[in-house]
Amino acid sequence: MPQILVEDLAKTYRVAERDPGLLGAVKGLVHRRHRTVQALRDVSFSLEAGELLGFIGPNGAGKSTTIKILSGILKPDAGTVLVNGRVPFTDRIAHVSKIGVVFGQRTQLWWDLPVSEGFDLLADIYRVEPARYRANRDELVALLRLERVLDQPVRQLSLGQRMRAEIAAALLHEPDILFLDEPTIGLDAPSKLAVREVVRRLNRERGVTVLLTTHDMHDIEALAQRVIVIGHGQVLADSPFETLRANVLAERRLVVDFAHEAPEIVMAGVEVRRRQGQTLELAFDPARTPTPNLIAALAAAHEVVDIHVGEPAIEEVIARFYDLHGAGEA
Amino acid sequence: MDAARPYLAAFSSRFLLMLQYRAAAIAGFATQCWWGGIKVMIYAAFFAAAPAAAAASPMTLAQVITYTWLAQALLALTPWSADPEVALSVRTGSVAFDRLRPVDTYSLWYVRGAAWMASRALPRAALMLVGAGLVLPLVGLSDWAWKPPPTLAAAAAFAISLPLALALSSAFLMIVNIIVAATLTDRGVNVLFNSLIIVFSGNLLPLALYPDWARTALLVQPFAGMMDIPLRLYVGQLSGTGALLGLGLQAFWTVTLILLGRWAMARVMRRLEVQGG
Amino acid sequence: MNSFHLILRYFSASLRSQLQYPGSAIMLGIGAFLTTIIDMLAAWALFDRFGQVQGWSLGHIAVFYGVVSTSFALTDFFTRGFDVFGGECVKTGAFDRILLRPRSPALQLVGYEFRLSRFGRLAQALLVLFVGAAVVGVAWSPDKALLLVWTIAGGVALFTGLLVLQASFAFWTTESLEVFNVLTYGGIQAAQFPLSLYAAWFRNFLIFVVPLGCVAYYPVLAILEQPDPLGAPDWWLPTAPAMGFLFLAASFLAWRAGIARYTSTGS
Repeated sequence: MPQILVEDLAKTYRVAERDPGLLGAVKGLVHRRHRTVQALRDVSFSLEAGELLGFIGPNGAGKSTTIKILSGILKPDAGTVLVNGRVPFTDRIAHVSKIGVVFGQRTQLWWDLPVSEGFDLLADIYRVEPARYRANRDELVALLRLERVLDQPVRQLSLGQRMRAEIAAALLHEPDILFLDEPTIGLDAPSKLAVREVVRRLNRERGVTVLLTTHDMHDIEALAQRVIVIGHGQVLADSPFETLRANVLAERRLVVDFAHEAPEIVMAGVEVRRRQGQTLELAFDPARTPTPNLIAALAAAHEVVDIHVGEPAIEEVIARFYDLHGAGEA
Repeated sequence: MDAARPYLAAFSSRFLLMLQYRAAAIAGFATQCWWGGIKVMIYAAFFAAAPAAAAASPMTLAQVITYTWLAQALLALTPWSADPEVALSVRTGSVAFDRLRPVDTYSLWYVRGAAWMASRALPRAALMLVGAGLVLPLVGLSDWAWKPPPTLAAAAAFAISLPLALALSSAFLMIVNIIVAATLTDRGVNVLFNSLIIVFSGNLLPLALYPDWARTALLVQPFAGMMDIPLRLYVGQLSGTGALLGLGLQAFWTVTLILLGRWAMARVMRRLEVQGG
Repeated sequence: MNSFHLILRYFSASLRSQLQYPGSAIMLGIGAFLTTIIDMLAAWALFDRFGQVQGWSLGHIAVFYGVVSTSFALTDFFTRGFDVFGGECVKTGAFDRILLRPRSPALQLVGYEFRLSRFGRLAQALLVLFVGAAVVGVAWSPDKALLLVWTIAGGVALFTGLLVLQASFAFWTTESLEVFNVLTYGGIQAAQFPLSLYAAWFRNFLIFVVPLGCVAYYPVLAILEQPDPLGAPDWWLPTAPAMGFLFLAASFLAWRAGIARYTSTGS
């Protein structure tokens, strides 16, 4: 049986609406109008222990609703959710003892307390056996390089330090599933790399199942073996990231440096995507225009200094995918 | 007229903005009703318990009751706490922008503070007038109701005294604001002045009901002019030369506090500018 | 670690973070001590002018006030989490974090903050209580001390119930309802005087709806060894504080309904 099993999940919200102004407020007291928002319809997927899943989709697609249901905060209207064989929201206390959750934008530590005291308090809250706690904490501190910040109050940490402390805090009770909700949001480049490295090691070395939501496609590219794209409350794709990329965009890129001012290029199936002085970036479909043919044609007609083949940026792949499914941000 | 324009604009914009906080006004009204109702019942019990002392009291029960509802209605007209806008601009350092405007900072803060208090008081007073002035008599509790002034003279004196009370409260608010600007925090000041104002403005208990030996001292202190004097004029407890004396005290304290505030503000602002704050 | 030990751990963590700014906590405590003194000022002035009210003296009023104010001061130490619940937990989504921990949400809110500065109010309340009791000549005995503790416990339960109820409403309003201050701070004001001073409808409100009278009037009559002028039987006087616990239990029903709503709407 898979570690996480989600079948036919559905969730609607009722949103109260009222007319503006005092009259609207008074009318709202007597009669409330409601609008129904279908956050999830018919979502199914499963996850085996030890997987590292990327969960992506535009804002409002249903990512956070899914995470909230999986973590036991929210009750679905219909469908089955089993995590480690438990129903999260009916068995909340047992369930949350075995999962770790990091929200990129919210802290789970205590603002005015030193990091180490926050860890101690969490160990008490989660009833972690003292010897086990100490061993686990020391290992996490070493893994996340937290030695220097342990005695500092959380409010004095940099965002990158804080995020590493948050991840350690989420793992003190040795959960076997880790939910990471936008863990790299707002971080500088070195901190992002550090967070990714840690997540990868946790997954590989400790076998922690990771479910990651993010808007940063580099997180997905660096980490996820498998990607679920969600839009309009439905699963749009569930596949390895490379498959997704290949399916969505068969397009290739060719960046050409010319010896002189870049010329006009008129060729079937070839588009100019960027023009900058002596450089052109061309987009083409290798099925219609084989790459060697294109290069040969260019070299024959113009004085070419350098050529390299590229793939479109990852953000473009995703944006294109959302467009194809009509799932762009509403 | 043109010279007054920026100040009139500052007054009306703040006034209209604050009037929009209806939920706060209704919550405030509920609170004042509860407090006023308890006080009225307690005063009635005391007056009934000791007829001799009640007869000798400087205020009748009916006067005390009307005074109590009015005090609850006009609570927001006293400078409870530093102007939150000033406190915020001191904290964020945007106080410097006010200094850059081609207007007198003292006057600008003064009118904004006056608008803040007046706009908070107005909806609460209107609700209280409906509740204690109309609903109570209609449900047969006219003994416990807010009554109109006994004479035309009392009404006229109140009409002069109320704007003076706002002027005096605004002048005191400026002293509080200046302390906030000097100490860079509004915490301690608010706690301290809150209690002083509740007691000495007559909000806790009409000043005339304190022991007789304290009567003169309580009347001449500056906080009396913010609430006690106008309310005594309204219920007719202060009339004739007493009324003139009351109005004179209000004017005297307003001028004194404005002069004191301007002097203190000049010193504090000079210090802030030297610090580059 | 059991719940009681966990609460102590929360409190010691909260104290340590407050002690990073010791000046602030001490100033607020002293400020609270001084400002609550005015709670008794109006009563003093009224007794000075009128002598007595329905046979009660200022000393009696001090005992009534001291008991209810002590209950509230004790409650105030550990209920900040409920007080600010709407604005700081529901509105911001911070309640999600509470649900993600394997402990009861109410317990975590109790641990939210231990308000050190409330010692000022407690000191003032106890001072008024015991000075008042000395003035009217209360003869303390082990029984009576036990009755006082039971009374204050009932009061703490009632005020905690009010704060839990206030927090429960926040699941629907997502704001902290400051109108509840009428029942807490305003409750102290009301319970400072014996219920017999009030109109019947208000008295009934304070007995049957928000049973302040049961934790601050009837048992205090028993401490003062006075019969109820309104005619409640003698056995009821020391029993009444149980209503505080009943109110607390009822508040927790609302609290559970609120959590059920939160987990089905997510907001």
